[in-house]
Amino acid sequence: MARQGADGGAAMEEYRAAAQRLLECVEAGDAEGAQGIIDDLTHLRETELFRELGTLTRDLHEAIKAFHYDDRLVDLTASEIPDARERLNYVITMTEQAAHRTLTAIEDCTPLAQELSDESARLAERWHAFRRRELDAAQFRQLNRELEAFLEQVQGHSQRLSQQLNEALMAQDYQDLTGQIIRRVIALVEEVEGNLVQLVRISGQRMSDEGASESGPGKEEVAAERMRRGEGPATPSDSSDDVVSGQDEVDDLLSSLGF
Amino acid sequence: MAADKKMKILVVDDFSTMRRIIKNLLRDLGYNNVVEADDGNTALPILQKGGIEFLITDWNMPGMTGLELLKHVRADANLKDLPILMVTAEAKREQIMEAAQAGVNGYIVKPFTAATLREKIDKIFERIQPGGG
Repeated sequence: MARQGADGGAAMEEYRAAAQRLLECVEAGDAEGAQGIIDDLTHLRETELFRELGTLTRDLHEAIKAFHYDDRLVDLTASEIPDARERLNYVITMTEQAAHRTLTAIEDCTPLAQELSDESARLAERWHAFRRRELDAAQFRQLNRELEAFLEQVQGHSQRLSQQLNEALMAQDYQDLTGQIIRRVIALVEEVEGNLVQLVRISGQRMSDEGASESGPGKEEVAAERMRRGEGPATPSDSSDDVVSGQDEVDDLLSSLGF
Repeated sequence: MAADKKMKILVVDDFSTMRRIIKNLLRDLGYNNVVEADDGNTALPILQKGGIEFLITDWNMPGMTGLELLKHVRADANLKDLPILMVTAEAKREQIMEAAQAGVNGYIVKPFTAATLREKIDKIFERIQPGGG
């Protein structure tokens, strides 16, 4: 850690002179003189330490100042991180809703399928009895009515079943939507990581060649690039005027453009 | 006039779950001739090979985005009239206007419903077929 160069060389010279005088005093048996020289040496060493500490403090100050001027970093801490937190919370909400939507559809379907299975088994049994000529005329008429009612039930139930299957299908769109949000948060984490690495780098060495202006792309460039690449789904925190709130607003906007 | 149920449709989305959802919805609507691609870079060669009559694409994809794909298609003499429906989570007014200017035929924001998909497909084919509404 000791700094070499002109400062270091001058200090070494002082040490050498003091050491020679100390040796002379010791050889001459001058204890008082030796003590004085040792005090001088201690003082010399403390001065060195303070100078070193001063340099480090200045470096740190410069580094902090440089980061303070970096808009992107200010933006990251002030808005992007809280925004990412909000987005991740939205992911939890969306996945929870999708799971409930799917489970509700399943809970709705299960008894329908069970009813169809039970009733068809019962009627098949009756039908076989008829084929074995075990039913009298009144029982056959009864079976006829039951079969008719069953056909109606099958129609109604299967309609309901395909509706609910469709519901379960549509509920799976959460994977795409949350995936896009999580990807965006990953990109943010990577950016923060890069900035931290840079912070470590410039605090670990003197800031000489690279200035504060040399930081990532500006806020507007980042926003424009993101818009071109695609932003991902809007979250409740995005409820500003430039984001549409649903398909109706998309349709209105497009029809205002002559679509 | 409604769309031809036998037409070959290309569905482009980087999430396989969303491609499955759209494919299933299309099957429910009677369209069974569906091929898939996971971004613009894989979609373009399929389109250039010919035979695709309708393109459904996402916007936000790694590699080539849906907007870039849209622009490529419109710039290609053989493909420029291909009807394109964008199905995306991108919901900024500016983006919707940009897609419209680039020549998209329909725009659906995610999350969407089966009814919306049917309505937009019907509308697109009503407009582009002579004698249609």
